[in-house]
Amino acid sequence: MKNQLEKISSDASSLIESIQNKAELDAAKVKFLGKKGELTSVLKQMGKLSAEERPVIGQMANEVRNYIEKMISDAETKIKAAEMKKKLEKETLDITMPGTPRKIGHKHPLSIVLDEVKDIFLGMGFDIASGPEVEWDYYNFEALNMAPDHPARDTQDTFYITEKMLLRTQTSPVQIRVMEKQKPPVRIISPGRVYRSDAVDATHSPLFHQIEGLVVDKNITMGDLKGTLEMFAKKLYGENTKIRLRPHHFPFTEPSCEIDVSCFRCGGQGCPMCKGEGFIEILGGGMVHPKVLATCGIDPEIYSGFAFGLGLERLVMFKFNIDDMRLLYDNDVRFLEQF
Amino acid sequence: MNLSKKWLSDYISLNVTDKEFADGMTLSGSKVEGFEKEGSELKNIVVGKVEQLERHPDSDHLWVCQINIGEENNIQIVTGAQNLKEGDFVPVALHKSVVHGGQKITKGKLRGVESNGMLCSVAELGLTVNDFPYAIEDGIFVLGDDCDLTLGKDICEAIGLDDVVTEFEITSNRADCMCVTGLAREAAATFGCELNIKSSEVKTIDEDVNDYLTVSIENPDKCYRYCGAIVKNVRIKPSPRWLRERLRASGVRPINNIVDITNYVMLEFGQPMHAFDLRYLKGGKVIVRNARNDETITTLDDVERKLDESMLVIADAESPVAVAGIMGGEFSSIMDDTTTIVFESACFNGSSIRRTAKALGMRTEASSRYEKELSPESCMTILQRALELVNILDAGDVLSGIVDCYVNKAKKSVVKFEPDWVNNFIGINVSAEKQKEMLEKIGFTVENGEITAPYFRNDIEHKADIAEEIARFYGFHNIENRPLSGVANAKLTPIQQFTKNIDFACRSCGLDEISTFSFISPKGYDKIRLDKDSEKRNSVVILNPLGEDTSVMRTTPMISMMEILSKNFKSRNESVSLYEISTEYISNGLEELPDENQKICIGMFSSEYNFFVIKGIVEEILGVAGASDYDIEAVTDNSSMHPGRTAKFFKGDKEIALFGEVHPEVQKNFGISTKVYYAEIDLNNLFEISEINKQYKPLPKFPAMTRDLAFVCENKIPVLNLEKTIKKAIGPNLEEITLFDVYTGEQIAEGMKSVAFNLKLRSPERTLTDEEADCALKKAIDALGKLGIELRS
Repeated sequence: MKNQLEKISSDASSLIESIQNKAELDAAKVKFLGKKGELTSVLKQMGKLSAEERPVIGQMANEVRNYIEKMISDAETKIKAAEMKKKLEKETLDITMPGTPRKIGHKHPLSIVLDEVKDIFLGMGFDIASGPEVEWDYYNFEALNMAPDHPARDTQDTFYITEKMLLRTQTSPVQIRVMEKQKPPVRIISPGRVYRSDAVDATHSPLFHQIEGLVVDKNITMGDLKGTLEMFAKKLYGENTKIRLRPHHFPFTEPSCEIDVSCFRCGGQGCPMCKGEGFIEILGGGMVHPKVLATCGIDPEIYSGFAFGLGLERLVMFKFNIDDMRLLYDNDVRFLEQF
Repeated sequence: MNLSKKWLSDYISLNVTDKEFADGMTLSGSKVEGFEKEGSELKNIVVGKVEQLERHPDSDHLWVCQINIGEENNIQIVTGAQNLKEGDFVPVALHKSVVHGGQKITKGKLRGVESNGMLCSVAELGLTVNDFPYAIEDGIFVLGDDCDLTLGKDICEAIGLDDVVTEFEITSNRADCMCVTGLAREAAATFGCELNIKSSEVKTIDEDVNDYLTVSIENPDKCYRYCGAIVKNVRIKPSPRWLRERLRASGVRPINNIVDITNYVMLEFGQPMHAFDLRYLKGGKVIVRNARNDETITTLDDVERKLDESMLVIADAESPVAVAGIMGGEFSSIMDDTTTIVFESACFNGSSIRRTAKALGMRTEASSRYEKELSPESCMTILQRALELVNILDAGDVLSGIVDCYVNKAKKSVVKFEPDWVNNFIGINVSAEKQKEMLEKIGFTVENGEITAPYFRNDIEHKADIAEEIARFYGFHNIENRPLSGVANAKLTPIQQFTKNIDFACRSCGLDEISTFSFISPKGYDKIRLDKDSEKRNSVVILNPLGEDTSVMRTTPMISMMEILSKNFKSRNESVSLYEISTEYISNGLEELPDENQKICIGMFSSEYNFFVIKGIVEEILGVAGASDYDIEAVTDNSSMHPGRTAKFFKGDKEIALFGEVHPEVQKNFGISTKVYYAEIDLNNLFEISEINKQYKPLPKFPAMTRDLAFVCENKIPVLNLEKTIKKAIGPNLEEITLFDVYTGEQIAEGMKSVAFNLKLRSPERTLTDEEADCALKKAIDALGKLGIELRS
């Protein structure tokens, strides 16, 4: 019997090793381990064995069964792996074929930069304020220290609705509206649309966007203005950015300045973008004129403040290297979808 | 304002480069736009002398010249000019030279004769005959004895085309810097050097101006001061080269000595002057008065102007001879035969000049200076300078005396001297002594705790103005940067955060953001088929628009959106889906500001879109907004939209969104030949109904059962009615009902449709049994049955 078992074992071994598919494997399982299988028929003869032989053969028979079962299960794993491999090979794709689009819309470039500016100022503690675009002459000019015959009105060609109502030429009227309502400390920016009677060309538009900033508190100095705008410039254009202030004139700030940032393309060396200057003008600002504070009911002997404004289109055109402002308002999807 | 370096050096001696000058002036407040050396484009052009002039052997108009340029051998140049003779001095563009306009000159042959360069005209040097009155327009520039005739001398040096011109952008508050002396003062303070402005010395003849001229001012509010002087035996001729040069550098064309003197003095001191021919000043009288309503004057530009009493004129005994401070009359202007002139140096009210110039539509150099409010204090100085120039230029004989009518004295501007306040305001620490010194340098006086501004500074009225003076000479760049202190406690407001979420939702739905003009053409209302009497036609109208197409503020964002869709369609963009959070401006009449409402405006076209695509987008956006339980209604009467494919969402009395297919006529009006889908969501209404504080609902513990049901009903019955009936019949165990098919055709009777739903049933308490599910379905079938809607068999 021992020999029979050994034979079964070696037969099974050689047969199972050669098997390539599940069906043959199942047949082999029946052949060796089934109810009428070879191992069973050998075991049926166990009765004929002596009491001494029985446990020895019994143990041997179990070993052979375990051996065959393991052979079969190994073979099964191997066959499954091979089948899986085959299946996966069949499923192989040309991954260079295009992806199926799940369209997500694009932010307008003006919004991309505006959101960035808003985030920077929110982080610096500036709330976001807004005001009407159709505005009173009072808020747009008079309260900002520009009386009806003020020569500075000339530089802002104004669209009028009536003698007293106009399309705001700047976001500065929001300063007045905020200060009328809110006692210091005030720390706001106010982005929005402004209007000037400029014909459309590559660098002009009768409608454009400004971002106004205003800080009013005790002990605010021109040093705060510089520190704040330098921080803004660094956050917008990188840590190595420098700012440069040049004296200027705005009726509602005193002293007033124009503020240049070092060119973010060449780092101040001079390049075509900054026209060799190394600096690009992006901001105007100054200390809020004490008369303006007083107009809004804020005592200029106690409080002081600074204000600034920047043109959004200019920032956008610099950032994306856009050479024609009209593209921003033409809204061609071939343009929009680049951003 | 263009500043001549040569002229500036009359007043200060600077030891800095042109670049250092430009940078220094910019940083102290006089912004330099750029600077340029005159004649820098000209290369290799020298003074030469025509030694020999012969006819070209092969031409009847060319000349062959032998030119001496101070070298051993003469050079030969062929010219076509006919105005030369031997012995003339001329500009010689040598081989490899560059003339005005960048044209390069090289040697070559003209009809077989070698020519080693070119002789130049004034134009080829970038000049005109105004710069050299003795030159001719179409010929070689024969140099006169006002040029350096050294042979071989660089032409720019020889003719004085070698000034450096710096261009300044002067802000409107600093009229005092619109002149050479003003900028010299700023430069002296900036670079710490002495300013030398000498007072004028005038030699007069023994006749009294008062015997010829009387001046009276009727309106002292508008004319503060009028000084007049007389010059007899006027000798009109060109001004000398040095004066012409300076005018040219300043961008002013030289004309003749008298006109040039008035311009020169204006450029030097900033105040305009005027000269009249005494012959045409009737009665020898100057009367400064308001014009009469029926008066007219023909101004120097040969235009007849209608005057009215708001305008100030200079009149003689009978009629106006000039519009005060703006332009002289043609009749009394200086002619070649003028023998006696009156020089006017006057000061007028800025606002009055500004209004008159605007009303007459004639903004002149004079008016643009006067309207910035000049000081009457300098009238006399300026007139004396003009008379001194008459002496220097030998332009006539000056009568003794000046008629000075000074009726409205300039007020002195006095501000308290508070150096500590200035330090705190700017964030610096400059001693009182140093501040005083800085102010004195630019003409202020500081005495007894008070600062008096110099007469020419009309911009000083507050201590903040003093702070600016200190700050700009201290240097803005030297002020220490200080980041803001205090807690940064900013946050978006609820509506700002809401808008941001909505904005994001729009892009998530695949819409591209656009930015459109807020003003439109009123014709747009016709294009979207608004009723003639629609309230929406009541726009805020711009009085002075750039053009008709941007003349009114939009009352609806639809027109802007359609314009952009139209542009994209015409550019052959096939699939376009856009949004804008745009403002509409609803008029409240002329006494109140309009309402500015925000709308989420969506527009799209593509062969793949239909009504349900835009409906889906609107629903998604409303979902993000946290809007629920809103109702829908068909909109059949919006003339811009398709009457059978438009709907609105509303809640209570609040309309939230309108959406659907754009009316085919409207599509056509915008030149779009494909279906356009449009939606408008009212941002404020949506915000009001939005439920931002969402609460968590536990996830289901028990399985759901799903069942499909199909009904047959009349075509016209909205699917929503069936849905609502089923929901009501089954109650809370109906978790979800989804329409999955609507069918008409075979097996369904004419005028009927089959509507199939998938129902998801679930109880929060236990697993439903089949019986319970069937029972629920029966309730739905019965409820619809009562409405005559049968289960599809």
